[in-house]
Amino acid sequence: MPTTAPTDPVPGLAAYSEVTASEASLRRFLHGLPGVDQVGAEARAAGLGTRSIKTTAKAWALDLAIRMVDLTTLEGQDTPGKVRALANKALRPDPADPSCPSVAAVCVYGDLVGEVKEIVGDRVNVAAVATAFPSGRASMDIKLADTRDAVANGADEIDMVIDRGAFLAGHYLQVFEEIVATREACVRPDGTHAHLKVIFETGELQTYDNVRRASWLAMLAGTDFIKTSTGKVQPAATLPVTLVMLEAVRDFREATSVQIGVKPAGGIRTAKDAIKYLVMVNEIAGDDWLDPDWFRFGASTLLNDLLMQRTKMTTGRYSGPDYFTLD
Amino acid sequence: MARIDVRKTYKLYIGGAFPRSESGYSYEVTDSKGKFVANASLASRKDVRDAVVAARKAAPGWAGRTAYNRGQVLYRIAEVMEDRRPQFEEAVRQSEGVSAAAARGQVDAAVDRLVWYAGWADKLAQVIGNANPVAGPFFNHTAPEATGVVGVLAPQSSSLLGLVSVVAPVIVTGNVAVVVSSYARPLPAVTFSEVLATSDVPGGVVNILTGDATALGPWLAAHMDVNAIDLAGVAGSPELATSLEVAAADNLKRVRRAPDAEPDWTAEPGLAAMTAFVEQKTVWHPIGI
Repeated sequence: MPTTAPTDPVPGLAAYSEVTASEASLRRFLHGLPGVDQVGAEARAAGLGTRSIKTTAKAWALDLAIRMVDLTTLEGQDTPGKVRALANKALRPDPADPSCPSVAAVCVYGDLVGEVKEIVGDRVNVAAVATAFPSGRASMDIKLADTRDAVANGADEIDMVIDRGAFLAGHYLQVFEEIVATREACVRPDGTHAHLKVIFETGELQTYDNVRRASWLAMLAGTDFIKTSTGKVQPAATLPVTLVMLEAVRDFREATSVQIGVKPAGGIRTAKDAIKYLVMVNEIAGDDWLDPDWFRFGASTLLNDLLMQRTKMTTGRYSGPDYFTLD
Repeated sequence: MARIDVRKTYKLYIGGAFPRSESGYSYEVTDSKGKFVANASLASRKDVRDAVVAARKAAPGWAGRTAYNRGQVLYRIAEVMEDRRPQFEEAVRQSEGVSAAAARGQVDAAVDRLVWYAGWADKLAQVIGNANPVAGPFFNHTAPEATGVVGVLAPQSSSLLGLVSVVAPVIVTGNVAVVVSSYARPLPAVTFSEVLATSDVPGGVVNILTGDATALGPWLAAHMDVNAIDLAGVAGSPELATSLEVAAADNLKRVRRAPDAEPDWTAEPGLAAMTAFVEQKTVWHPIGI
């Protein structure tokens, strides 16, 4: 199978220190990555989407998908009351069924982290979007202050956006340094750090080649997760884009022994879609990634559909949206 | 040289589109003498699921239309049916094995039935609604509102008049319908769905599944997102009808019970079919302040 990894035999992130030393070397490296076969990637993603997952495997996949959800609300109209309701839902997605697992995290704007934290405590992670989400257009100082604020409020995970303008203009080192600086801003006083997810907004990156480059750029800069989209731009997460990112994390681990997580976000609304993603994770990256620590869904409406499918499997009759919360 | 027959495979009608059955199955439809006529899609429980989703999506828009407008749309269905008379007559004659004159009579009655229900759209509230005298300074009135998604098991023998007589009263009050057609005589229902697709009825308001009501009924009756069910299609199978009523009780569906035998659809229908699927809403409004 062709890989996107460079043919460098030396494993470890250190081998890439030269790559990120200058704008020119970084550009040479990123543009030296093999191009993505667009038709092939789309055909492969479509092919994996046809797998039929039934009965016990489906039940397992549904529970896993629920555990992988980053329950998200990122609206200007979010109120403390609304995010508290969401936090309660994250803890017990289906109040009628105690065997239903909690979701992975609640994802909100930085100023609402405290509200969520008060309710979920340490039982569910709290993710905050930062760095002038969703456009990523602000001065560096503001982006870093945004991040530090969210971390100080108790965020366990930070979802940052890259400056797509700089990336598309070819200023790769600027983007790289922003990620490095944001990662430093994620460090807490006790030395631990909030997990960093880097959002590419793949809908604005135009090509799969750019998605592959952005993935490697973020991974070299030391991110913990790479994430497709903010959910504010269409198209958001798609199967082929996620496939390209999964290939990148697979190859990055082969090259450096560092495992990076992947989070598709936006546009995943049905349990069927979620299961297609899980099939793809297993087939492209491997089952090491079939874990909430390494794969997440950024979604809000997806959870209700997962719960409805789960209820269908346990009760044997179709459920309806009347029996789950609106959010 | 003899012309080769075009052997049709008809499809389902879900959300304003004509998809194949999710299961991929179809079955042979024969005329009353057992001669092959066409293939029809055999709807599966997943088609029921998809149809309910499509219906639920269409429900607020349809219920939100003015009663007057719904009446116009129903009248439009009757107009388009009128245009396709020959096709309906042929379908009824083939499936029910009646004479051409009798088939013509059935189509006439079906069109008239639609026009009759269309007229009720903006009149039902006056008849079954009320301004209630109450002991206080309130204007108190009761008006019928749509129930929501209604599952309809269409009659098995009256393939067109029976179908129209159970579908029209459901949609005229603002409900949306998931219809399982007659199993042995589905072709008039298929033609009816083609009429619906071309007559201003928003997609999803009526969804028509050709298939076996005894297989699909339990899924429809147990579906938690279906608000009411008409069991006309299982008339004469009291045990099945009872089990469907039990399944329907789980989410307090309104149930229009199956008659002992299929009724004479040419008889004056009365209001019962419409009032079975409305919710009476009573509003208290203060006056005299």
